[in-house]
Order: sequence, then structure tokens, then C-alpha cells
Amino acid sequence: MSDIEERVKKIVVEHLGVEEAKIKSDSKFIDDLGADSLDTVELVMAFEEEFGCEIPDDAAEKIVTLKDAVTYLSANSN
Amino acid sequence: MFNNRNLLVTGGTGSIGSSICDHFNKNGCKEIYSTTTNMSKVKSNQDYIKFKELNLNNIGDLNLDEIFNFDIDYLVLNAGLNKDNIFLRMSTDDWNNVINVNLNSSFHLLKHFTKKMVKKKFGRVVFISSVVAYTGNPGQANYTASKAAISGLVKSLALELSTRNITVNSVAPGFIQSNMTDKLNDDQKNTILERIPMKKLGNSYDIANAVGFLCSEDANYITGQTLHVNGGLALI
Repeated sequence: MSDIEERVKKIVVEHLGVEEAKIKSDSKFIDDLGADSLDTVELVMAFEEEFGCEIPDDAAEKIVTLKDAVTYLSANSN
Repeated sequence: MFNNRNLLVTGGTGSIGSSICDHFNKNGCKEIYSTTTNMSKVKSNQDYIKFKELNLNNIGDLNLDEIFNFDIDYLVLNAGLNKDNIFLRMSTDDWNNVINVNLNSSFHLLKHFTKKMVKKKFGRVVFISSVVAYTGNPGQANYTASKAAISGLVKSLALELSTRNITVNSVAPGFIQSNMTDKLNDDQKNTILERIPMKKLGNSYDIANAVGFLCSEDANYITGQTLHVNGGLALI
């Protein structure tokens, strides 16, 4: 597991209160991990903080799975 | 009552805005921030308020992260203006100006501040609406449209943010002794007074007290509502 994936997973575990073992790369935050729409906003804010980058709204909307987040942050974080 | 909480009131130099700032200051609010279109409007007894000089008409072009780089618990969207004329004589500029300042500026401020409120799971948002949003008023098509739009915004936002302990409400003043009603002539004032069951204009503190209540712990379970403060003028 990449360093970015590990950090993203840690944030998801903390914010959504789900067991790490239940999170798969293609788990959808809302459909599979019980997040509501505001949780996804909070997750994006937490990613921004952790990775020191700004995620614009149009990109944030496309981050629906762990893999989406890892892909975006790998390409855009500092 | 507001200990360790911070407030931002837009338009803190107007009659209602100053009274809201004063009410929160007297009741223990920690930091009080406000906006004004011109720092020369700030009164000498308002030195406890941290003002930002800006024009809400073009707030969408500004970097709000830079201007509002602080945390607040209470957001009171009070700033507003009117550019009255009968509809058929109303210019596009006067329409846009009123909609921009009274309605669109709230969109930008809310985007900025509610994100932070969601994160800390606490927030109180209070809009200042108007009785004419509910009754209509000839000569104020732009103003009433902007204020009526707020009532829909209050309800949707209240529903969206309710799970994060953020309440969103509005106070709808009737005719209040203020810089806005000072512009009316005596005939206009008398006509209005005849229609108000309490036979007097409201005081700006009547509005400040209602805003204070909606931000207080006593109103923790109240969201998506409009509190009408109008001396009985309109019972809605």
C-alpha cells in the first residue's frame, strides 16, 4: 500500500468510524461506508489539510471512492 | 450568554447592524467582526468591532479566505440595501445591485463560513429578512424578491446542515426606526403607523434581541424558521 493510500485510509477511518479492514480501494464513501453528503465534504477538507493542497469543487465531486482520492492526491498533492 | 463565541455581522454600521453588535458585545461575545462599505461610517463607540471594508456587490470576485481568515460561531447576514422604484421604471442596475447585495453576497459568505461550521459541528446563522418579503410592497419588487428568496434559502440550508448542529433562521423586521425608514417622509410614516397595531415603529434592539435569542442556547432546537418582529403589522 502506498504512503498516500495509507494516509487517506487513516482519514476515512477517523472520520467515518469504519473498521480499516472493511475499506476496499473501490469502496464508495456514501454507498458502502455509510457517509452522508456532508461527510464527503468533511473528508475532502481533511484531505486538503493532510496533503496541503486545495481540491476545487468540481474535482471534489468526483472523489467518491478511496481509489478516486488516492489517484487525485497522487497527481495533485505537494 | 455568548461567552467564548465569535460573531460576524454584515453591515455593522447601520441601525440594526450596530444594535446587533452592541447586544452581543454586552452579552459576553468574544470577538465581533463586521463589514462596512466605508470605514468612515464606523462610529466612535464601535471600537470593539473588527471591521472589514468591502463592497458586498462584488464579493464573488474577492478572496474570502484572505479577508475572513478567522473562525466564527454566529453569522448574521444583515447587510442590505434598497433601490426603490415602480417596477416598470426599475433599471437593470438597480435590480442587480439589490439582488447582489441582499441575496448573492449571502451565497458567497455562507459557502465560506458554513464549511468551517460543518467541521466543528456548531453554528448559528441568522438572516435579516423583512415583513415585505411576505406581504409584498409596491415600489420594492427588487427588495421583496431578494428578501423572499432568503426564506427558501433558510429552509433548504437548515435541512442540509441540521445534522451538524448548525441552525439557520431568519428574523423578519416590520417597520423599524432605522437609516432605511429615516428616508420616509412624515406622510409615509403616518400611513405606516396607522397599519401597525402597536402604533409605533420598532426599535433596532427589538431586532437585535430576536437575533440574540436565535443564537442563544434557548433556541438550540429551532431551525428553518422566521421570527416576525413587526408589532402585529402582519401575522404570518
